[in-house]
Amino acid sequence: MTTLPAKTEKKLGLVIDLDTCVGCHACVISCKGWNTENYGAPLSDQNAYGADNSGTFLNRVHSYEVQPAGDAAAQLIHFPKSCLHCEDAPCVTVCPTGASYKRVEDGIVLVNESNCIGCGLCAWACPYGARELDQAEGVMKKCTLCVDRIYNENLPEEDRQPACVRTCPAGARHFGDLGDETSDVSKLVAERGGMDLMPEQGTKPVNKYLPPRPKDEMPEFDVLAPFLEPVAEEPKGFLGWLDKTLEKL
Amino acid sequence: MNQPVIDLSPKVSDEVRKTTCYMCACRCGINVHMKDGPDGNRQVAYIEGNRDHPVNQGVLCAKGSAGIMQVNAPSRLRKPLKRVGERGSGEFEEIEWDEALQIAADWLEPVRRDNPEKLAFFTGRDQSQSFTSFWAQNFGTPNYAAHGGFCSVNMAAAGIYTMGGAFWEFGQPDWDHTKLFMLFGVAEDHDSNPIKMGIGKIKARGARVIGVNPIRTGYNAVADDWVGITPGTDGLFILSMIHCLMKAGKIDLHYLAQYTNAPVLVINNPGQADHGLLMRDENGKELVIDRATGELTPFDKPGVKPDLAATYEKDGQTHRPVFHQMAEMYLDDQYAPEAVADRCGIPAKRIRAIAAELARVAFEESFELDHAWTDFRGEKHNKMVGRPVSFHSMRGISAHANGFQTCRALHTLQILLGTVEVPGGFRFKPPYPKPATAHPKPHVGVTKGAPLNGPHLGFTHGPEDLALKDDGTAARIDKAFTWENPMSSHGLMHMVISNAYAGDPYKIDVLFMYMANMSWNSTMNTRGVIDMLTDKDENGEYVIPKIIYSDAYSSEMVAYSDLILPDTTYLERHDCISLLDRPICEADAAADAIRWPVIEPDRDVKGFQSMLCELGAKMNLPGFVNEDGSQKYADYGDYIVNHERRPGIGPLAGFRGENGDQAGRGSVNPKQLDQYIENGGFFVEHIPDGANYYKPWNMAYQDWAVQLGLYDAPTPYLFSLYVEPMRKFQLAAEGYGPIQPPDHLRDRIMDTLSPLPIWYSTEEDNHAADYPVTALTQRPMAMYHSWGSQNAWLRQLHGHNPLYVPTKLMRENGLQDGDWAKVTSPHGEITVPVLEMAALNENTIWTWNAIGKRKGAWALEEDAPEATRGFLLNHLIHELLPPKGDGLRWANSDPITGQAAWFDLKVRIEKAAAHAESQPGFAPIKSPVGTGPKDLTWKVSK
Repeated sequence: MTTLPAKTEKKLGLVIDLDTCVGCHACVISCKGWNTENYGAPLSDQNAYGADNSGTFLNRVHSYEVQPAGDAAAQLIHFPKSCLHCEDAPCVTVCPTGASYKRVEDGIVLVNESNCIGCGLCAWACPYGARELDQAEGVMKKCTLCVDRIYNENLPEEDRQPACVRTCPAGARHFGDLGDETSDVSKLVAERGGMDLMPEQGTKPVNKYLPPRPKDEMPEFDVLAPFLEPVAEEPKGFLGWLDKTLEKL
Repeated sequence: MNQPVIDLSPKVSDEVRKTTCYMCACRCGINVHMKDGPDGNRQVAYIEGNRDHPVNQGVLCAKGSAGIMQVNAPSRLRKPLKRVGERGSGEFEEIEWDEALQIAADWLEPVRRDNPEKLAFFTGRDQSQSFTSFWAQNFGTPNYAAHGGFCSVNMAAAGIYTMGGAFWEFGQPDWDHTKLFMLFGVAEDHDSNPIKMGIGKIKARGARVIGVNPIRTGYNAVADDWVGITPGTDGLFILSMIHCLMKAGKIDLHYLAQYTNAPVLVINNPGQADHGLLMRDENGKELVIDRATGELTPFDKPGVKPDLAATYEKDGQTHRPVFHQMAEMYLDDQYAPEAVADRCGIPAKRIRAIAAELARVAFEESFELDHAWTDFRGEKHNKMVGRPVSFHSMRGISAHANGFQTCRALHTLQILLGTVEVPGGFRFKPPYPKPATAHPKPHVGVTKGAPLNGPHLGFTHGPEDLALKDDGTAARIDKAFTWENPMSSHGLMHMVISNAYAGDPYKIDVLFMYMANMSWNSTMNTRGVIDMLTDKDENGEYVIPKIIYSDAYSSEMVAYSDLILPDTTYLERHDCISLLDRPICEADAAADAIRWPVIEPDRDVKGFQSMLCELGAKMNLPGFVNEDGSQKYADYGDYIVNHERRPGIGPLAGFRGENGDQAGRGSVNPKQLDQYIENGGFFVEHIPDGANYYKPWNMAYQDWAVQLGLYDAPTPYLFSLYVEPMRKFQLAAEGYGPIQPPDHLRDRIMDTLSPLPIWYSTEEDNHAADYPVTALTQRPMAMYHSWGSQNAWLRQLHGHNPLYVPTKLMRENGLQDGDWAKVTSPHGEITVPVLEMAALNENTIWTWNAIGKRKGAWALEEDAPEATRGFLLNHLIHELLPPKGDGLRWANSDPITGQAAWFDLKVRIEKAAAHAESQPGFAPIKSPVGTGPKDLTWKVSK
């Protein structure tokens, strides 16, 4: 059993905009690239060029179809998912060696790989499926919120953010302190009705999701009709209107 | 708490090398982080977007971020190969470069000496077309093009003929001001990242996005409103919106009068050779009636107020302006929403609602920018009027046989709303705007042993510009610029093998291709092309005698070639993203860029363009040898710096002149590439404020463009709502003029080359009565053509491609997820696994393009899912239409441009027994590179 800190100084996390995510997987691969080369063991791939290929990813995008009630058109929602850095992280408390821990200073949930025995209990405990056991190294891998980027003095200040946020072409990913009500991310969450993923699990996730805006709600033509009031029914009438209108130009 | 101490500031890399991505056509700037590996070698450790770069401003897609797996892919070719087995067997022998180039020269020199047209040189996904065309021109063959005819020539040609620029990389919405963005068809790779950035930007401010696409994925998934249109009916939908807008007078009359040929008079002279042409003065200037004087006046006379309404009487004939014809045509009830609703699969009320919303935003949310500007008539304007409605589209609407006219219709809609090159609308990127008349015309003048008489590709303006031999037969192997497709500006790569095999219009001796997977996914009918490449004549010789192919990777095409010249990966080469080619400019700036060898190849390979410098010199091609006969350009990098197209104008616009301080025009700067590298691999020159909108008519822009060398003189022009060259082709078909089409094409030319946009159905040609379902492909955002599957990271995202089937067809056919279905077209059948998708037009099925792979290709193991469950729709497509019973070969192409009409594919679907593998299956080909390693634990610094 590993204990969680009573309180963290910051609650660093991601805000992911489901209204804007086009499902391009840029974040998935940028994460794979950075975290293969950086913190801890590389993210390995098995059967890399064959059948049943698989690999370790810290962030994946799933797509879900949604069928609204009534006869509205079906929708497709792209849903990126990585560790949510929960305040009550069950993956930490379940860890038998203390390898999984939540950082006091910023709330990031990390795995200390040298203490990880690869037992997989944390992955079972996580209700989000956000941890993956690396098959080559035998240690548990998870989103580090790019802890080796966000404070990294070898990077220009503007690049001190997670790789997934820096690369997202649609600007659907935001990073900041969700414990600070005045931060940009907190304001965005307030403005757009940001949501917890599966709050009933009681994990108090730090990451938030901004819900898709309502779709297919263009006003009915009856409302817009004044904008298409005919000037004439026939070409001849139209040319008459044209002449009159040109006169006024 | 007892927290471990971790290094929060590890060294990121030993060096950052900035170059240009090549994982698709987007061409983003990338930072390649290099680290010294355990062996001391400096290696690629991480790739991210370059924040300073104009295209991507720091962001990077999945493909770009996976570049490290592309550079290290086991499928990389290692050494030149000579075929030793039968074509298709994959039996090769490795040879030295000296021998390889000697073989190529031995094959090509006699062709050049005796009959240059017997070389067909086609360059696929080439990003160096201004160079490869220069090589082909100096060789002297008329048979050169890249893959545009297969890809999206309808979009490019319709845009340039109509308004002197197109969507894809020729322009972009004004993301900072637009309030309504309407997207037609698939567009996820042109421009890949800029469109994502733009959509993110406008959605963040609450602007509305409307997606028109039978499939609701990607950008259409985030669109506020989705129009799941019946494929191939976009033109009809657009013309119906034009009907509504004209009827309501919701059009920009000032814009139409000032900047378009709407007020230009059309000659009314029935039964004569000039009927329907535009009225011109003795200098060839289009004539309008000046509203101030009522007089016939050249359109560009200072102070003229062109009249959209007035007619001109002469010799008992009434000559009317273009706009009269448009009113007559589009106010007709055949375009009323009620008349088109069923066909388009969009309720009439919804068509009206969208048209009304376009009108509301264009005219009620109009705004002004405080930029004074002067137009080409000398009139001064204090402000720039904005109409915040913008559009984008790509091959979803263009890869149809009615695609050219559909693209024209969309541009006409934009122009009627007055929303092109205005704030909030669609904006050109330099070197556009550039009217069709400022482009070259096609050239096919062949002289034995000498260069061609001019550039291969261009824009035709009438029958006299067609590429015909004296006997009226096609001068080009692909029959571009013939009566079958008179305005085929990009050539027809998809017809080359088929025509060469048929000897129609003639036989060739050498087929030389680059980056074109013709025996698999980059073709129309895969099996058919394989058969043509392997078939032998009565003497036991291959019908297509010699095939040279260059690729960096072990693609399916390798096995069908006789000589393989292995190319480098994108991080091992020089390239220029040139203003002479398909540039990377922004609406506010001209820009170009380079690639440079940030790593050296660890294989015996040569960059294709460098190899051409060598081969060109070996064959003494003009332009590639010095006066003393020595090789002129040591490699492509040398060419990029030292070649001048016109005095002072070279492949790169930046850092010209002796001191490297000149932009656009300037003498050769030997340090140019170093200066690009210092500057992050690119060059940007901003358009001054006040010059950056209304560019075709804005003298400040015109003067800036001349100064930069984009034109040699200001070239203001009118948008062509009425495309006069099309009328010229129609007149010929009606029997006028000395150059006449064959009789069997007359009706089709008269019907389809309407100078005002029309819509026609392509269903009958594709036997839609028997094959009622449309089958489409689209490319995943994370993959590009066939390249993604060799990438260990990307293939985990899309390792196979189910056939997506709409709910209605699933139910009708008793299908459930994971079942198998047989899909049949007039040309063939496939049997593949299906998956239900609800957010899909109810009569459309689709799959991801180019995921399916041939066993043995791309260094994949033979049981890889790409080769077992993956499949291609190409088995159902054909480069020809189903026979019509008239004995003629009718191309499955747009009759105007020759664009391959692969989105016209009609099929039927039925449940099938489960198979072990997708059908048809193909025998494995022997891999020239073996297969990749089993597991990867990639890390440079252990």
